[in-house]
Parts: sequence; C-alpha cells; structure tokens
Amino acid sequence: MATAVETKGWTRDQMAARAAKELRDGYYVNLGIGIPTLVANNIPEGMTVTLQSENGMLGIGPFPYDDEVDPDLINAGKQTISELPSSSYFDSAASFAMIRGGHIDLTVLGAMEVSEKGDIANWMIPGKMIKGMGGAMDLVAGVKKIIVVMEHTSKNGDPKFIPECTLPLTGKNVVDMIITDLAVCHRPDHDSPFKLIELAPGVTAEEVREKTTANYVE
Amino acid sequence: MQKIYPSAEAALEGLLFDGMTIAAGGFGLCGIPERLIDAIQASGVKNLTIASNNAGIDNEGLGKLLRTKQVKKMISSYVGENKEFERQYLAGELEVEFTPQGTLAERMRAGGAGIAGFYTKTGVGTVVAEGKETKEFDGETYVLERGIRADLSIVKGWKADESGNLIFRKTARNFNQPAATSGKICIAEVEEIVPIGSLDPDSIHLPSIYVKRMILGAPYDKKIEFRTVRQREAA
Repeated sequence: MATAVETKGWTRDQMAARAAKELRDGYYVNLGIGIPTLVANNIPEGMTVTLQSENGMLGIGPFPYDDEVDPDLINAGKQTISELPSSSYFDSAASFAMIRGGHIDLTVLGAMEVSEKGDIANWMIPGKMIKGMGGAMDLVAGVKKIIVVMEHTSKNGDPKFIPECTLPLTGKNVVDMIITDLAVCHRPDHDSPFKLIELAPGVTAEEVREKTTANYVE
Repeated sequence: MQKIYPSAEAALEGLLFDGMTIAAGGFGLCGIPERLIDAIQASGVKNLTIASNNAGIDNEGLGKLLRTKQVKKMISSYVGENKEFERQYLAGELEVEFTPQGTLAERMRAGGAGIAGFYTKTGVGTVVAEGKETKEFDGETYVLERGIRADLSIVKGWKADESGNLIFRKTARNFNQPAATSGKICIAEVEEIVPIGSLDPDSIHLPSIYVKRMILGAPYDKKIEFRTVRQREAA
C-alpha cells in the first residue's frame, strides 16, 4: 500500500503573511473580513502601509485596550479598533469615491469561487445565504490590484478555482492573484491566463492540478 | 426658526405616512438614529421602504421595525447578523434591493445633489446590473444607477449648534452624511446641542441647510456588535 505523502500547505496566518509580501511602501490598502484582516499583522517593519476601512477611515490602528473601547470607532467588520496619529475620518460616499476612483492600491478579499477568467463570487449562495455584497463589488471594480485569499478547496473537497463560477458574481474579470493554502497563482494583466508561481511547503504541482478544475499555466 | 424639538415623536409630527421612503444613516449599530427609529416604530406607520446600509440586528436599530413588520422593502448592501430579516426575506414577506455599499452611498449623495443617475463600474457583469442601462466610456462598461430622493432622512450626529450645523464623531459619520442630503426633509438626533458660535465653521461636516428638525437624543447607550481588544503588556 502506497503511503500518502502528508501535505503541509499554509495555515491561515501563513496565507496572510504570503499576501503581505505583495505590500509596498506607501500603499493604501483595504482588507476584507476573515483571513485578509490577518494581513495587517504581517506588514513588514519599516514599511508605511495605510489601511482603509470602507465605513469611513484611513489609518486603522490596532484593537484598543479594554478601557479605550469606543462604540463610535469600528472597522468594516464592526469590530472595535483604535486610531493612529495619521488617521482621518470621512463619510461613506467619500470612502467609496476613494475606492471606485482607483486611489486604493491593493485589496485582499476572501472568496467562495474564482474562475480561470478572474471572475469572483463571494456574496451569496442562492436559497442559503443572503448576507449581501457590502463593499466587495465596489472594491473589485475600483481597486488597482485584487488579491483573493481562500482555501484551495471547499469543506467538501470541491475545487474553488474553477472554469466558470456557479454562484452569483461579485465581479467579472477582476482578480489579479489567488493565494490558497496550497499555492499562489498570478496573472500580469486581465487578458492573460493565471500562472502557478509558487507552491506552499510540502505541496506539489501535481496536487494543485488535482484539486483545481480551472485552466492555468504552470 | 426653531429647529429643536422636545422629542423624537414631536420632530416626526406630520411627516410620516404609509408607503413612504426613508433614508437612514448608520453602519451596523454605529451612528444609528435610534431615538427616531423607536418613535417611528411607536407611530405604527407601515409599508416603509428604507434605504440603509444595514438592517440593524435582531431587536436593535432597524431590526425593531422589521420585527413589527412595518417595512415593505429594504435597500441595503449587507444584512448579515439579523435572523428575523433572513426569515422574512426567505418567506417572501420582505423585499430587498441589494445595492453595493458604494453605489448606495452615491445613490443617496446623488439624490440629494440633484443628480438623477450616474454611471459606475461597480456591479457590471453581476445581477446588480441586470435590467439596467449600460454604456461604454473609454473602452470600459459602466452601469446606470439612480439617485435616491427619500421622503424623509433620519440621521445621528454628535454635536449640533442651534442652527443645525452638525459634527459627526469618528466612524459614526458613515452613511449619516449622504443620507441627510437624500431626504426632502432631514431630522437629526444628536448627543449635544451647543449655542450658535460655539462650533468652528471650518469644522462643520453637515451644513445647517440640510437639517430641518433636530432633537437632543442623549443619553445614549451605544451598542457594540463585536468588542475586540488587545492586552496590555505587563510593565
């Protein structure tokens, strides 16, 4: 009996750390809820990265100390946060003017499905989940670079990087990079196919191929 | 002209009618006009269309109006964390126009600024754009979205002067600013009303022209949806 090679892959924190490698000094960045939020813990020392919260803030600080919690100061995930000396506040219309207007350099989002053409679905499962798109459709339409961080397969083991999305789309042909627990796929522009550019420790290209139905270049 | 009213009920007098459209400020439970929501609930007005980013949570904020089934339709971007909402929607009792968050903010801003519609890239190629006009500009496709002109705006501010100039606080500004301009009439509830001349004119977020009526809503017991903290390192 052949012994299955135990794959390691990346943890949620390691996926976030990998996404943080795409940060550059001076970037303005919007992070989605879930694993993307963890990217904030991995900003390299000495690099100035300003985080935007779409409910109306630039310069998100760390979670507050217990006695500094302020109900008027929350992030887009409705978690209490703190401000920085460089922070600014603005209204929702101004916030999305920044986002749609192409002023945000990078966004990191979660996804339920990504297609080989860069379509992304992450806001509803018909008949099951109806939370809504929040700001995700605006982000994928307006931000310069879109990174998706997600598990490579669903809980049932179904591929999430697929030829065509089956769920209602959040955006069409918008994703630039996909970081999963197994690998990183990237495309230089929206006319090119995705290319497998990196494997997580202990993961083979063959395993990625087996767990992916999307077409991509190796 | 006296803009200050003694209560939310008094401020709403003569403005409510069945089937009306209300634009409401707030993001989650942050910066929601809770006194006015309570008074609208007590009034029993029905068949409301409410434009608000969220629908409160069960029994908080706009969730109160959902529980009493006073709402016919929500125009919102995100309605998670609300079981009663989900139940009514899946049962077909509640209509929802899912609108991307930025599109919703801009629809309120545009409606209040005399802009009937605008083209945006947000939602192109998704269900949001279905049935709407699209147009190419510089080789890219945009979808036409309509401004929202509400019958009434309800917002929450931090400080107002007696003329109705308003200042918001931190991220409680959110949708309050665009919602305030979207209505034919705007009522603001605030935490503090100060004499004219006490606020620096350069620091006003919402000029008094938008605020037709206001009430002192304090004291507030502000709710937090997710209290997240860090630990102090031992000295």
